Amino acid sequence: MFRYYVKLALLSIRKNPILSALMVAAIAIGIGACMTIVNIDYVMGGNPIPHRSDVLYHVQLDSWDPISPAREPNEPPDQVTYLDGTALLKAAKGRRQVLSYRAGRVLQPPDPDIRPFEVMARTPTADFFPMFDVPFLYGQGWDKAADDNQERVVVLGKEVNEQVFGGENSVGRTIALNGETFRVTGVIDRWEPIPRFYDVSNNPFDEVEDLFFPFSVAIDNELGNSGNTNCWKPSDGGWEAFLNSECVWMQFWVELHGENEKQEYMAFLDAYVESQRELGRFPRPLNNRLYDVTEWMENQEVVADDVQVLLGLAVLFLIVCLLNTIGLLLAKIMRRSGDISLRRALGASRSTVFLQYIVEAGLIGLTGGVFGVALTWLGLKGIEVLYGQFDFIGNLVRMDWLMILTAVILAIISALGAALYPTWRACRIHPASQLKSL
Amino acid sequence: MEIGPIWRALLRNKTAYVLIALQIAVTMAIMVNSISIIQERSRLMARPSGIDEDNIFYLSSLQFLPEFNFRASVAEDLESLRNLPGVVSAISTNTVPLQGGGWSSGLQTEPGSDIEGTGTAMYFVDEHGIDTFGVRLIAGRNFSPTEIEWHEGTSSRWPAVGIVSRETAAALFPDTPNDVVGKTVYVNNDQAVRIIGVIERMQAAWKSWDGVERSMLVPMYREGGGTRYVIRTEPGYRDELMPQVEQMLAENNDGRLIRDVTTMTETRQRSYMEDSAMIKLLVFIVSLLTAITALGIVGLASFSVARRTRQIGTRRALGASRPAILRYFMLENFLVSSVGIIGGGILAVAMNIWMVQTFDLTPIAWYMIPLAMIALWIVGQAAVYGPARRASLVPPAVATRSV
Repeated sequence: MFRYYVKLALLSIRKNPILSALMVAAIAIGIGACMTIVNIDYVMGGNPIPHRSDVLYHVQLDSWDPISPAREPNEPPDQVTYLDGTALLKAAKGRRQVLSYRAGRVLQPPDPDIRPFEVMARTPTADFFPMFDVPFLYGQGWDKAADDNQERVVVLGKEVNEQVFGGENSVGRTIALNGETFRVTGVIDRWEPIPRFYDVSNNPFDEVEDLFFPFSVAIDNELGNSGNTNCWKPSDGGWEAFLNSECVWMQFWVELHGENEKQEYMAFLDAYVESQRELGRFPRPLNNRLYDVTEWMENQEVVADDVQVLLGLAVLFLIVCLLNTIGLLLAKIMRRSGDISLRRALGASRSTVFLQYIVEAGLIGLTGGVFGVALTWLGLKGIEVLYGQFDFIGNLVRMDWLMILTAVILAIISALGAALYPTWRACRIHPASQLKSL
Repeated sequence: MEIGPIWRALLRNKTAYVLIALQIAVTMAIMVNSISIIQERSRLMARPSGIDEDNIFYLSSLQFLPEFNFRASVAEDLESLRNLPGVVSAISTNTVPLQGGGWSSGLQTEPGSDIEGTGTAMYFVDEHGIDTFGVRLIAGRNFSPTEIEWHEGTSSRWPAVGIVSRETAAALFPDTPNDVVGKTVYVNNDQAVRIIGVIERMQAAWKSWDGVERSMLVPMYREGGGTRYVIRTEPGYRDELMPQVEQMLAENNDGRLIRDVTTMTETRQRSYMEDSAMIKLLVFIVSLLTAITALGIVGLASFSVARRTRQIGTRRALGASRPAILRYFMLENFLVSSVGIIGGGILAVAMNIWMVQTFDLTPIAWYMIPLAMIALWIVGQAAVYGPARRASLVPPAVATRSV
């Protein structure tokens, strides 16, 4: 019987090609618009490191100005000071911890034919690589001894390795950064966490840095931060004074397993702040925070407001398209009242009639869904063109199987939802009412 | 008129009309709010930066060898830049308006650490700053060459004089905004800076900052990992000079890179890229939506005309003229649209309240609602005209045929 209904549905669709095409188009456009935005929202709000997001915690200490919070209503600063970052690092109370910031350097390749070029560097401590599960193509990161001895070692990104060493295994070879020689210990494979969770204070959708070298070396080089630096209290002149200032400019992450460890660490943070108060620091009430990766992404509102506004509009857009489809289906079914009464008079039950028309609607929905997926892809391409000059938008414009499946399911649910009322109206048609006029 | 009978006929078969009214309502809510966002973004994009954007380009000079001599290099570069034919003026500075990165510090009118400063963007310039940016000095005087200082990147001292934008003056001295020359403000809590001049307008580097109109010119060269040269050319010389300047500076010195040679025009585009993309997206959404709603009206009107062919024939046979039939369907659509539009007005305001609260958007202007109403009435009437005309062409003889 089901196959017969499918056949009937196809016949009916062919009988009213314009009306059917309009319905398919309405669903496809609605799904396309809605899914384009849902897709961007999904990628932006995605979990960048799903298998470890619940053991990685971002640390915030409220070292801010007594007369106003770092961010309303009472949020602590989103980065830490050098003083606090290095103190927490030294205490080493977590399973692992990493302190880092971002800085620009000029790389001079060993091959004199390649011109020096600017690179964006991250300057983490050794735990960065195991903690964030960074994939290596060759070699590995450095160890704690390298941090302590300020060894000039460097981990290259895949692209820089291509550029400088033609993609060969460059472990053990050297490059110069601002005139100083660094030894390569490892090369990272393709790694694109979206959002780039470990530093959302500086464009969370930017790409991972070009290369990495030890934090201690960066400090020894008096290397300034190329990300945000925020100060509430002026510091005296000079590098030493800047390090000892109340300026926040680096990110501290700690690895903790389970609620117990989290609470112990929180207690440690509070005790640390109390001990600092004796030195005249931390004038605000105790307000330290430990957020895991997903909590931190939410707190920092990495999904842009524009995307959320568009998401709301896109959902309403889909609703308009569905209202349209309901109206058109109703018109279509009511036009066939005669057929329906005849079937009913010949003994078809209401549920049979219902099934017949819901199959037809499902078919239209499926077709609309398939076109909707195609339109979503077009929509994403359109977004890429619109925002083309931003490098990071290329990272957001991608579609995975989950999203394709969602689009198709959404299309069928929408079509069935839209079909429910007209179909219900159809099976309520009295056999006699229409036959009479015949 | 015929409103009474039309309305009663509507109520007898309301589902289809309720659907259309709902569609119009949601369309209107989206339309009003989208246009309101478009207006807001257009307003932001139209704000002038205050500088001579058409004739300015800039570039970064990034030193990477430890033996690089910053002072000598800046002095030499500026000398050769200023002597280039076609160049009006050039400076070494930290950033330009709309660029996205820069320096801000709090200014206060009394010294002391327990006062919240007024965040102000700082531009480090020399006596050619005003001329290079092309900003207009409206009070006081420019810097003299002897006032320009050289500072290390980590220096925390400030020069003793400064030139502020009019908005900065107004924010610091709300009572006497037109009389600030000679007054003293404090930076870093207690370092006195005397205001020697006021410029009409110069935006900060961050376009979304609420203090974007507050800026101060500070007479110093500040050493960092490099510097940024801003070059203002004679009208028409900019594009020709850009590659020439890049090559000249790159050849001048080995220990540095010349990067990001950019015009202000491009900087403005880049800075407002998200807003202009949002505007385009919303225009697209609103147009598509209006088209879909219009198609829905056409579809349902055709359906209702087809259903009522015999009634129409009967009316015609009883003496109704063609314009009367046309008027009937136009009026019917007007009534349905009106219900939708009233609902749409309420929905639009509700949606706007929600968006204002959630996303800090600007509330809609009052006139948006009547404008959208008129627009949707027109769309509805235009959409229904085709089917209504077809209805009016139904011959009276139809009434006598069965089925």
